[in-house]
Amino acid sequence: MKRRAFLSLLGAGGAACLLGQSAQAAGPKEFPGYPGSFGVLFDATRCIGCRRCEAGCNQVNGLPAPPEPFDDLSVLNKTRRTNAKTYTIVNRYDNIPGAAGPVFRKNQCQHCLEPACASSCFVRAFTKTPQGAVTWDGSVCVGCRYCMIACPFDIPTFEYGEVISPRIMKCTMCWDHITAGKLTVPGCVGACPVEALVYGKRADLLRIARGRFAAFPGRYLDHIYGEHEMGGTNWLYISGVPFKDIGLREDLGTTSAPQYTSGALAVVPIIATAWPALLVGVYAIHRRMDKVAHEEQVQAVTQAVAKAQEEAAAKLAKAKADAAADKKSAIEREVKKALEEAAKAQTEEDK
Amino acid sequence: MSTATPMKKTWLTPFNIIVGIILLVGGFVTILRFTKGLAGVTNLTDNYPWGIWISFDLLCGVALAAGGFTTSAACYIFGLKRFHSAVRPAILTAFLGYSLVVFALHYDVGRPWRLPYPFFVQSGTTSVLFEVGLCVFLYLITLFVEWVPSALEWLGFKKPRNVIVRMTLALTIFGVVLSTMHQSSLGALYLIAPSKMHPLWYSMFLPLFFFVSAIAAGLSMVIFEGTLSHHYLHAKMDKTYLKEHDGVTFGFAKGAAVVLVVYFFIKIVGITLDNNWHYLFTGYGAWFLFELLGFVALPAFLYAMAVREHNACLVRWGAVITVLGIVLNRFNVSLVAFNWQLPPAQKYFPSWMEIAISVFIVTLGLLVFRFIATKMPIFYEHPNFREHVPHEGEEEEAPEFVEHELKPHPQSLGH
Repeated sequence: MKRRAFLSLLGAGGAACLLGQSAQAAGPKEFPGYPGSFGVLFDATRCIGCRRCEAGCNQVNGLPAPPEPFDDLSVLNKTRRTNAKTYTIVNRYDNIPGAAGPVFRKNQCQHCLEPACASSCFVRAFTKTPQGAVTWDGSVCVGCRYCMIACPFDIPTFEYGEVISPRIMKCTMCWDHITAGKLTVPGCVGACPVEALVYGKRADLLRIARGRFAAFPGRYLDHIYGEHEMGGTNWLYISGVPFKDIGLREDLGTTSAPQYTSGALAVVPIIATAWPALLVGVYAIHRRMDKVAHEEQVQAVTQAVAKAQEEAAAKLAKAKADAAADKKSAIEREVKKALEEAAKAQTEEDK
Repeated sequence: MSTATPMKKTWLTPFNIIVGIILLVGGFVTILRFTKGLAGVTNLTDNYPWGIWISFDLLCGVALAAGGFTTSAACYIFGLKRFHSAVRPAILTAFLGYSLVVFALHYDVGRPWRLPYPFFVQSGTTSVLFEVGLCVFLYLITLFVEWVPSALEWLGFKKPRNVIVRMTLALTIFGVVLSTMHQSSLGALYLIAPSKMHPLWYSMFLPLFFFVSAIAAGLSMVIFEGTLSHHYLHAKMDKTYLKEHDGVTFGFAKGAAVVLVVYFFIKIVGITLDNNWHYLFTGYGAWFLFELLGFVALPAFLYAMAVREHNACLVRWGAVITVLGIVLNRFNVSLVAFNWQLPPAQKYFPSWMEIAISVFIVTLGLLVFRFIATKMPIFYEHPNFREHVPHEGEEEEAPEFVEHELKPHPQSLGH
């Protein structure tokens, strides 16, 4: 029993040590982003939907050529999403109330301050770099695609057609090209002909956005999308029409993705430590109950046996006494009889 | 791909033909999967990265294999020794269930040979999936150790068998701890994506819902399987198993009824806390009520009735509906509620090849179960390793099986 309890405690302790780390890492906290990290500001009032950012991204990142050339704007008739061959896409949104014409919006990885993909990855394939980009490391990825489940912006994509080494494909904010010194701004930003995209430090971008709000009263909604959404993102949007009309969800809230699972993960070490103790306790109670029941049974049997023996002894004693009494009376009877006979004989002789 | 049985005359039974076809198709799709990639066989998209190989093979597979930890906990920790004969079949089912879950994952993930990476190369400890993976990995080992005495008895290795049997309590507790963690964590997987889930199926209590419903599923699976085994493997059962079977059926039915009622009420608590009542009057609400009333409340009621009236047939109905209800729930969470805002055209429906692989894997499980249950002491105690002391007044009957009798009973074949 002692050894068993020890073993189970050992197991629990081991599990707790292994898992305790995760709960700590996922504890509730506020992360305002790496200071000095970079991002991009997208201005929906400037974008003309020319798709040159798509072309720039495609070229810089060496992605396969799409079936329709980039100057074919008919693809904008359909709402598209990023896929394994396209890190970024521009969509056109028609018939928005209050807008003079169609509004365009570019989509790509938002580079969250606390990325859902990085938090959900069980091999830590994603890294939030201090420069702001969220990058993916193909050398450890198992291809489980939980990052795609987790991402609130539907950004990571998967090479379903690859047999040996399918990759997760998503925008890297050209982090690798910029750190290698090949580029100074991401491919899409460099290709934009109307400065709808600005690359810079996130703090500066927020200031630039507010500057435009002040400089062009009535042109913008007083909201920078990405400042707080999902805990904040390095990619920021400003627009003259509601964000939900240009495909940006307004119901995401400001809680960062890791916080949604931190509570559940925090319970893990508690289960790992408290559960074995409780279960051993339950086991001990039942063992004790069994033992008591067994003892009571033994006791009852002993008592019953003793009682039976006692009764038997008494019976025997009584029988013995009875027998002795019988014998005595029989002797007396015989003696009396003999005496009587003797007396009778005497009287007859006397006659 | 052999379905060879020792009975040559009746080789072409309907059972063998159907199994043969399933195995052939499964083998064919397997080749396609590993030559054409996931795109070649699945309907998965960037919006729906997880299809039925996760919904059914992983989520349902793990929930339905919960009979292992519930039965062994009932017997060894909660002192319900009358369930002892149900432990081995339940452990075997759980072991095979988890093995097949891990096997199925090799089809689903992009680079299956890297599945050990989270534990040996680089750990992402902030991921719920890491917790699931680690617990499933450790629990699979635990289940293997729990199952291995059957094989050791079959092979006649007494010493190692006795060492493992002495670890029963520790193994059981370890199993319960691991099961609590990963059964609940499968629900916790979806906590990270509230914006993609329909509010009726999203709750901070998702882990609790998954854990409690898994207990009901586990208990129901033990009943369901007991019924099937009774039908097809009757000849392999000893008197103890048969005598205890009714007690197990009704005892588990009672347990499942209680657990289902608890589950019903915590689901109501979930709706209340998030104030999601108004969603009940939508189409999704009707579907939610269909699941909650038809597959939680109804089986709870059937179980309670069955126990009260001592009706074994009704228990079986309760078990089947509960099992279907768990499958429905896991599908609802992972496929129906997930991405509910997407337009219907972008929704996922599995390809026939994905279904074929799931059927193939279940069939493999059935075949291995039958093989082990006909060869090893699962439904009976090995005559050389008896732990069950015959009750007083019951004569020590001769073991029903001769050790070298390996031929399956004719009744166990051809069905």
